[in-house]
Amino acid sequence: MTTEIALLLAQDGLVNGAIYALLALALILVFTVTRVVFVPQGEFVTYGALTMAALQQGAVPGVVTFLVITGWMAAAIELWTGIRTPHRRRAMTTAALFALYPSCLAAILFWVTGAPDAVWMQVVVTLAIVVPFGAILYRIVFQPMANASVLVLMIAAVALHLLLMGVGLLAFGPEGARTQPLIDATFTFGTMMITGQSLTAIAASIVLIAVLFWGFTFTLRGKALRATAVNSVGARLVGIRPEVAGTLCFTLAALVGAISGILISSITTIYYDTGLLIALKGFIGAIIGALVSYPVGALGAILVGLIEAFSSFWASAFKEALLFGLILPILLVLSVTHPSRGEAE
Amino acid sequence: MNFLTRTVAAVAMVFAFAVSAHAQVKIGIVISMTGPAATLGLPQKNAIALMPKTIGGQDVEYITLDDASDPTTARRLVERLITEDKVDLLMGPTISPSALAVVEAAGRGKTPMITFAAARSIVQPLDENRQWVYKTTINDDIFAKATATYMAAHDQKKVAVIGFNDAYGESWASAFDQAAKNAGLEIVASEKFNKNDTSVTAQVLKVMAAKPDAVLVIAAGTPGVLPQSTLVERGFKGAIYQTTGVTTNDFLRVGGKAVEGAIIATGPLIVADQLPESNIAKAAATEFAKAYNDANGANSISAFPGFAWDGFLLAQAAIPVALEKAKPGTPEFRAALNDALQNSKAVVTTSGPVTLTPKDHTGFTPESLVLIQVKDGKWTYLPN
Repeated sequence: MTTEIALLLAQDGLVNGAIYALLALALILVFTVTRVVFVPQGEFVTYGALTMAALQQGAVPGVVTFLVITGWMAAAIELWTGIRTPHRRRAMTTAALFALYPSCLAAILFWVTGAPDAVWMQVVVTLAIVVPFGAILYRIVFQPMANASVLVLMIAAVALHLLLMGVGLLAFGPEGARTQPLIDATFTFGTMMITGQSLTAIAASIVLIAVLFWGFTFTLRGKALRATAVNSVGARLVGIRPEVAGTLCFTLAALVGAISGILISSITTIYYDTGLLIALKGFIGAIIGALVSYPVGALGAILVGLIEAFSSFWASAFKEALLFGLILPILLVLSVTHPSRGEAE
Repeated sequence: MNFLTRTVAAVAMVFAFAVSAHAQVKIGIVISMTGPAATLGLPQKNAIALMPKTIGGQDVEYITLDDASDPTTARRLVERLITEDKVDLLMGPTISPSALAVVEAAGRGKTPMITFAAARSIVQPLDENRQWVYKTTINDDIFAKATATYMAAHDQKKVAVIGFNDAYGESWASAFDQAAKNAGLEIVASEKFNKNDTSVTAQVLKVMAAKPDAVLVIAAGTPGVLPQSTLVERGFKGAIYQTTGVTTNDFLRVGGKAVEGAIIATGPLIVADQLPESNIAKAAATEFAKAYNDANGANSISAFPGFAWDGFLLAQAAIPVALEKAKPGTPEFRAALNDALQNSKAVVTTSGPVTLTPKDHTGFTPESLVLIQVKDGKWTYLPN
């Protein structure tokens, strides 16, 4: 183990850790606001990565059809439940959005042949396809069962993960894909070689974390989300609608996931079933933050990346075991420092 | 019961009788069409679509099921095919864990089974259950030997291995250990990685610190790209070898420039059109490759549909022999079919003429083995 190798490993760990940190933030956000342990977070990553790859190959990404179908489903549910309430007009507007946005997007994608050449355009189109899934899935799955227990919500999340993975296989096929690097450059510092992709990943993570922090601290909607996280009943009493908070945080989770996917797919091959493993590593980070603390969660996720890199070097056959074995001491410490209050309400 | 329902019932009974009276051979196939092994199983599904519906004047019914790359599911499906569908012959599964899980079921059901999976332990040792089991893939020790011999011939003495952390990786690595010893090579590092790892930088750094002349990557499908692309990225200048598991066009698509120069010991099918006339598999491999490409698009051929097709070719040769002895759908027919299979004489397959004996159930001809290399993004035949 020379200094150079240690530095290279640290770089590798930091890049992966940055991605895990983003996912840890999304997981913490969703959990604090809606109490859902959001297992399918990894599917947003794979959808983002594989949609981008499909666009670069000049194909219409297969998930567009799924987006249209789920969009209409969400619209139907919204209408069915909203038509009998005083808020009929609002329900109709929302339903129209759910039904029309995906359909219009699909129409544009099928009509306009050929992928956009500029990378930033590909990124925009990818986000336009993947991010709405957040709100749509929340409307179909989690909003109707918002008052269920944490365990029931988690079981629903696992079911949703399996469904989305199956759809991923149908839409993208069994083989993985890689996207072209966003920035095709390498920087050399002495003997250290740093690729443009890894710098992009780290920079994008820092920017995204900063934006989220700013949003939660200084904007009204961000404060509303935080209020819902602190006390959802209290938030309702002062006029914050929980379904709006839920929709917003699922949209943010989808955005963070899709961006992570775009970042990571330029570094490595992503498969339709890669999502769970990446999300689990983000989850370990989130657990280190006790599923409530953003900074501790992010640092924990970066630590996971570093541990992964170094344990791959020393004992590659036992890497996963070491990594997931980490959870046990962490849970022990947490059980001492955060005595259980039973089912949080 | 009114007149109409009685009529319908009577007609249905007549139909049922007509169908059962018309004996047909039933072939039950279990492959991995979904799950991690779908990349190997889907091409096999395409090969099954090419199988003719009659053999030796008899109608053949193919029942194709998906084990989702899961051994437990494979076992359940095979039990069902034997007890409910009463198939005469089983084909598949695609992957070794599934195949190993169903060996016992095939043996107990006294139904012959031709698997497309690779592990040696599927047909060795030939105990009571394995008397009914055959495979169309070559044993990994033969590939390992060919790879090690090639390394030694090109003066690559120090070799490092980066392999899958699973049954395929373990089996291959132990076979290669032995082959390397016999060829006088030194294994300077042996690292493991997982199919869906997003980074193998650490393993590559460790391998490069050992300064090998050549690196062998043991992987199946596109995950084989990552170790090689990382080696290239880190400036590794030696030779890089892969295994048959990656010989799919998706590997080239995902790998791009990074997998240029990879050397692989494999069956002849993938480079059928480039084979020298001296290769014993040339004619049959070219013929199947053409048929497969015509149906599925140019350059879509790989080793995996070949394993399924070879299974069909063995069955096609054995079924007429068994038909002379018994009627399909009976235990006698299955026993006769098994006898005919293990006495296959020089059946032409895409790996050359195959001869099976009660002591040898591997339907692959080692003489047809070739070395190929990725050149300009294409699989290219490599003369020794």
